[in-house]
Amino acid sequence: MLVLMKNQSRPRSLIFDKQHLLHRLYILQQQDRHISSETIVRVAGECNMPVSQVASVVDFYSFFYREPVGQYHMLLSNCTSCGYQAGETDLLKMLCRSLNVDPGITRADGRVSISETSCIGMCDHGASMLINGIPLVGLDETKVVRIAGLVEQQMTLCQWPQDWFQITHPIRQGGMLLNNVGPPGNSLTKALSTGPGRTLDMIEYSGLRGRGGAGFSTGKKWRFCREATGDTHYVVCNADEGEPGTFKDRFLLQCHAGALFEGMAICASVIGARKGFLYLRGEYRYLLTHLQEALELQYNNNLLGCSILGHAGFDFDIEIVVGAGAYICGEESALIESLEGKPGVPRIRPPFPVTCGYLGQPTAVNNVETFIAAAYIVDHGSGVFRMSGTEHSAGSKILSISGDCRNPGIYEYAFGVSIQQVLNDCGADNAQAVQIGGPAGTLVARRDFRRRISFEDVSTGGSFLVFGENRDLLAVNQNFARFFAHESCGFCTPCRVGTRLMEGSLQKIVDGRAVAADIDEIKRLSSLIMRYSHCGLGHTAANHMLDSLKQFPDLFEERIMRQAFSPQIDLEAALETARQITHRDDADAHLD
Amino acid sequence: MAERKIKIATTSLAGCFGCHMSFLDIDEKLVLLNDRIEFNRSPFTDIKQCSPSDIGLIEGGVCNADNVRVLREFRASCAILIAVGACAITGGVPAMRNYFDLRECLEEVYLNGTGVTNPQIPSDMELPLLLDKVYPVQEVVKIDYFLPGCPPSADAFLQMLVPLLDGQKPRLATDQLHYD
Amino acid sequence: MTYESNKAIDANSITIDGETVPFDAGQTIMDAALAAKIHIPHLCHYPGLTPAGNCRLCMVEMNGESVAACVTQAQSGQQVSSNTPELNAARLAITQMLFVEGNHICPSCEKSGNCRLQAMGYYLGMLEEHFHQFNPRREIDASHSTVLLDRDRCILCDLCVRASRDIDKKNVFAIAGRGIHARLVVNTASGKLGDSNIEENDLAAKICPVGAILIRERSFDSPVGERIYDRRSISDTALTEHVPEKEVDRG
Repeated sequence: MLVLMKNQSRPRSLIFDKQHLLHRLYILQQQDRHISSETIVRVAGECNMPVSQVASVVDFYSFFYREPVGQYHMLLSNCTSCGYQAGETDLLKMLCRSLNVDPGITRADGRVSISETSCIGMCDHGASMLINGIPLVGLDETKVVRIAGLVEQQMTLCQWPQDWFQITHPIRQGGMLLNNVGPPGNSLTKALSTGPGRTLDMIEYSGLRGRGGAGFSTGKKWRFCREATGDTHYVVCNADEGEPGTFKDRFLLQCHAGALFEGMAICASVIGARKGFLYLRGEYRYLLTHLQEALELQYNNNLLGCSILGHAGFDFDIEIVVGAGAYICGEESALIESLEGKPGVPRIRPPFPVTCGYLGQPTAVNNVETFIAAAYIVDHGSGVFRMSGTEHSAGSKILSISGDCRNPGIYEYAFGVSIQQVLNDCGADNAQAVQIGGPAGTLVARRDFRRRISFEDVSTGGSFLVFGENRDLLAVNQNFARFFAHESCGFCTPCRVGTRLMEGSLQKIVDGRAVAADIDEIKRLSSLIMRYSHCGLGHTAANHMLDSLKQFPDLFEERIMRQAFSPQIDLEAALETARQITHRDDADAHLD
Repeated sequence: MAERKIKIATTSLAGCFGCHMSFLDIDEKLVLLNDRIEFNRSPFTDIKQCSPSDIGLIEGGVCNADNVRVLREFRASCAILIAVGACAITGGVPAMRNYFDLRECLEEVYLNGTGVTNPQIPSDMELPLLLDKVYPVQEVVKIDYFLPGCPPSADAFLQMLVPLLDGQKPRLATDQLHYD
Repeated sequence: MTYESNKAIDANSITIDGETVPFDAGQTIMDAALAAKIHIPHLCHYPGLTPAGNCRLCMVEMNGESVAACVTQAQSGQQVSSNTPELNAARLAITQMLFVEGNHICPSCEKSGNCRLQAMGYYLGMLEEHFHQFNPRREIDASHSTVLLDRDRCILCDLCVRASRDIDKKNVFAIAGRGIHARLVVNTASGKLGDSNIEENDLAAKICPVGAILIRERSFDSPVGERIYDRRSISDTALTEHVPEKEVDRG
């Protein structure tokens, strides 16, 4: 007879391993405000790892620093929605000026350092920053002035106005997942009574596809993983929501963590895993305590742990690993590398993680929303799920909507909804274009707003950026190009070098120094990066350029000079340093 | 009626004249060429201004404002412009200063270097103002052909020039392609 | 796809540019090509070491898909195109990227004439570097008595990393940093080569395709005209390269 084990409380140390390299380094970074060479050597010794492995991890992730950052370390998001460029005002510059500090350089007294970082997922909260890792939202000019004052007075963050740190979760439109607040345990109970084989059949039949954006069949993935041989199997939840403009997982982690963990446990029962990981992006570290509590609750309710819900032999634990600032870790094999305490460099695929993932064992990696949808399917049946959506895109999609609209926030739609419908709902009256799926996604111009959100038409991991008619789309492209150059892992040549070259080519156009040949050059470079790079980052890094060139050719045409050739460099600017050094300003000290 | 001679102009920007020397290494073939070409502005002639020419040969990279002006004059005057040698094509050895800031370079050489007396950074209207980096010529003007090498061999010069004199497109043989 | 109707292909062969090439189970397209003496351009691959797939010069078209030959398993029915104008143009651009990313001044480099990057440029007919130079500032490590590390020329091919880890069993090198800041680091507390146990006879000290890792006092051993790529093309030398058997045994 089964013994129902209740109240298996789980010590936090097992939910969150402080010894994980990323976590150790985080603590040291907090403590010393940087990670010195001596620290690296010491950690390597303690972890019994090569010094070079620790060094390469420190150098790979954005939130580790070799030189001390300030006592107040502020990282302003540079995303087009939650970024520091608020209309005409550059809040980063303003903040730097107010605090008399240069971007990226810690002030001499060690008090403050200000820098920028890729999207921190606060796009529904206006301009935002991470201050000592904690999100501070709704930045504006007034707030900047007050922040400068608080820093100079050395007020601790708990003395700052607490509403600045308030992350709200406006659900603008709910659907099957967001409205589903059934009692905890329903899904898992059903999965366990149904049995793994039939549960998998249900997931397959439901037509559920990965919600991260790529859209691989979840059922197939689980089946491959279940059938793969290995000493053990792993479940990994990809909560590295890094695509600029996406924040729906932030909300799901905050408000639907129970469903997520149930979904992971269902996956574990199907593939035969005893261990799972939640890989949380470093930008969402503020959710860690909440997630630990949510996990403890699952353990208390015997939805995790040993003999889950009394099923002897079904043991499953979940551990949280927090990233440290690297978009590439959203790529599943890079994520696994990161889980293993290494730089997030994507692996060569095949073999795919389903056969050879974490520690070389079969691993199912899914997005937060995918697990929650799986839990829903098990609870409500695949038929109900399939009834929603389109033929090839069953169910619903949760969108993170931000940018030039009156009501940014979380929206859930059945797949197949038209872009125009979404724009109407979010109060975007004069959108000229929408970037769907983030910088790596698709730019859709007004004439195509009847297109639909679905895997067969416009696919998205959740990011939906609205660009109003006053938005400078060339500046948006520059922003995206800079993003990819910053986030390229550096492994392969076309992406490492190509994304950087792209930034330069675009700058030439923005500066008005380009000619028609430079546009051809951008097209050639785009195709090179997309066709010959190693992973998805490179494969999608130039989408925005090609889309913009196709949809908005005038943007580029009107900036180019009507001549056959123009210099690669701004020659007049190239003389500036020498003019300063020699104090010359005669005619010969200028060109053009 | 004698065939019109092809006008060739040559110059060395931030270069060492090694490419010019290599050009002269075509030895007796220069006599044959002489029937078909004449030199315009060139260190060979001491003509100071480039008038309209058929072919321009540029040795050396672009390191200062004066280089830019000369290069532009050549581009404006020459129907075909050829970048000759590693320095013209990549910046070459003079571009080794590119890994440092211009200010650092000048301070090291004129202020802080060993054996410097009367330390001061030269500033005179007569001196061409330095660019922040040494640039390949093709970053400044359109270049029609490239003749790599440090220097390109005499044969490589011939492989480039002879077809051009005949109105053909030149093509460097694989064994003549080298960067040093 | 039409390969199923292609009768020329038997169970254990692929075609490369129309030529039937046999392969053994477990071989990559690159392995099969090399065994058949077909040159697919590559810099980060060296037979006898685990392939890495980072330089992307060996990109080929396989049944309509672009893949890196060195990390793609050969499978019956694959129709591979490699020596096409389009792919060679892409390879040229990738080679140019490697040139502008680092500081490659061939006339002043000891490796000139024996450099595989340079030879790749020759093979692909590279006349100029095309892209704007990055002029990075990189650290030189002259701390070791016989092995010099000049990062200016490093192309991040990872060959020394693999050679040192898998063959020499010393794990002297690693790549650290992200994106354009990626760089070769030395696995010692000081980060200096002088504190490592690398020796001049190690594979890691000899395998560098460019002039980033040099054996000291060996430069300019062969006069101009007698260096490797003065006489031979990389398309030829690349077919005979392999980690020496004794090194493999040692590893």
